[in-house]
Amino acid sequence: MNRRNKFKFQLYTAEETQNSSLAFSNLLAICKAHLADRYEIEVIDVFRQPQRALAHGIRMTPTLVKLTPYPQRTIVGTLKQTTRVLAALGIENSGAQSLPLV
Amino acid sequence: MVASAKAPTGIFGFDEITRGGLPHGRTTLVTGGAGCGKTIFAMQFLVHGVRQCKEPGIFVAFEESPQRIIANFKTFGWQLETLIPKMLFFMDAQLTTDFLQAGDFDLSGMLASLGSLAKTMRARRIVLDALDVILAHLPDAVSRRREVYRIHDWLLSSGLTGVITAKSASDDKDIHGVQPFGFVQFMVDCAVELNHRMIYGVSQRNLRVQKYRGSSFDENESPFVISKDGFDVSTARPLVRTGMPVTTERVSSGVTRLDTMLGGGYYRASSVLITGFPGTAKTTLCGAFADAACQRGERTVYVSFDSDGPEVVRNLSSVAIRLDRHMKSGLLCMISARTIIGSSETLLVRIKALAKEHNARCLVIDPVSTLSKSGNEVTAHGVAERLLDWCKTDGITLLCSSLLDDASNQQYTGTPLQISTLSDTWIHLNYLAQSGERNRGISIMKSRGTAHSNQVRELLLSDSGIHVADIYTLGGEVLMGTLRWEKEAALRAATELAEAEGAIKRLRLETEEAEINVRLQSLQRELRAKQAEVSLAIQAIENRRSESSLDLARVQQLRGADPIVEDNK
Repeated sequence: MNRRNKFKFQLYTAEETQNSSLAFSNLLAICKAHLADRYEIEVIDVFRQPQRALAHGIRMTPTLVKLTPYPQRTIVGTLKQTTRVLAALGIENSGAQSLPLV
Repeated sequence: MVASAKAPTGIFGFDEITRGGLPHGRTTLVTGGAGCGKTIFAMQFLVHGVRQCKEPGIFVAFEESPQRIIANFKTFGWQLETLIPKMLFFMDAQLTTDFLQAGDFDLSGMLASLGSLAKTMRARRIVLDALDVILAHLPDAVSRRREVYRIHDWLLSSGLTGVITAKSASDDKDIHGVQPFGFVQFMVDCAVELNHRMIYGVSQRNLRVQKYRGSSFDENESPFVISKDGFDVSTARPLVRTGMPVTTERVSSGVTRLDTMLGGGYYRASSVLITGFPGTAKTTLCGAFADAACQRGERTVYVSFDSDGPEVVRNLSSVAIRLDRHMKSGLLCMISARTIIGSSETLLVRIKALAKEHNARCLVIDPVSTLSKSGNEVTAHGVAERLLDWCKTDGITLLCSSLLDDASNQQYTGTPLQISTLSDTWIHLNYLAQSGERNRGISIMKSRGTAHSNQVRELLLSDSGIHVADIYTLGGEVLMGTLRWEKEAALRAATELAEAEGAIKRLRLETEEAEINVRLQSLQRELRAKQAEVSLAIQAIENRRSESSLDLARVQQLRGADPIVEDNK
């Protein structure tokens, strides 16, 4: 995993709901801690762009879709269980910089 | 409430129970255990909306993939594929197998998608199928409740008529004694509960409307069956019924003397019950009726529970009832349901479907008591009642036979289904054991609105057909069979004797008369002879007298005497 791949994320959120805000801040924290500048996050508000949610089969919010690197993964929820999220996204847990997450 | 406030479901019987359908623009919860028919109920609601009300619908599938659902519904005659996706949209809302959950989530994404979809396709109806599946993924009761409220609020604001289905193992409460998702029932405007019970191994489905805000509804459990047209909920007949056509037309029973006993036959569209112990010729009378109906050219359905169709046909041919020709011509539809096990509701629906398909005017069910077989005792009465009611409404003449099991019980206490009270005509067949014989007796227990014979007659079966014979009562005892024959023979002999005696007497009298006539003739001849003699004698005297006067005149002439002056004074 030392290849410096760029992580491309899509985060589907529902306006400013609690779960969505939590997911965004948790994702941001993970990225900052483990991916430095190797990440790109696109936030899609399903209320503003329902057609995109429909097209991508997004039912639950918040939903995080990792587009690259392969394989593509989908995680639903606030992303609060860091270890599980990291494993799912295929991010090596360096351990040292892990931040206390909400 | 105005009529437009209801969204008809097209479910036979359900719209009657709810006085028009589900609450329009509101949410209805359908609960029930596995295999209760929740999805079918919901789908029928959508399909009816699309086809009959021009209301496009959305089906949100939480449990199964849309492909599988569509495939499963192929057995129904709804042709879902022709409606997809313009009028009917399936949204796959399953959680995929590689789905990973981390923390709390909500359904806003789905609702946003649905909102945009509903707007695009102008949907008016929506079904959320198996909502419990998605709710189970939520971490706690609070978030579950939150999501249900979210959905409910969204449904209300969207103005869609919604159906939410959710599993509920009947009577099954969780450890806290609370029904899972019980609060949903309080929230929605209408709640429908489906259940599926086994009673003595026979499946019985029931539907009950638990609540319906702002509307009256039938509160009882109503049995239903699922047929290829969807749900068929049986309802009690409405209290007010007018305009039902009543006819005075008579149809033949197939036995001439029985028609006479009934004063002309059965009424058209009436229900006739034939009760009797095994072997009292119930089936034979059923066959005779079917034969007569087909001979009139009326399409007939014959449902036989006792024996197979061909067997019935063969057995009846021994009494000159030939049903095979009617089967060939297609007038007669013979159904044998010998080993059928199932709920009487299902049987009723099947019989109804068959009769409709065959376009039947006459229906024979032999015997109807089968309906109350194992596990159906409770429901059978209602089924029989609806069977009779349905036949009347559709103008079908119904002939049912019913078996009385207890041959020793000669009391006519009625039939197991109490159809006897409902049916218009009740014919009872029984055995009379007497001087070493068993003979069949036929009597009419009742026949509404027709003058009918009060007499017990003897029913005779032979290869020339069915005959009904008078019986004799002798010293308070009924004579049947050989005794009747002996009585008939004795009567015949007595009549012959009397006739012979009369003939002899007449002959004797005629002889006497002839003798007198002969004597009369000879006396007359004698008389004529005497008369001739008398006239002869008179003539002789006359002659002599004239001769003597001539002689005198001659003498006088010769003497030149003076003419004689007549002195008459």
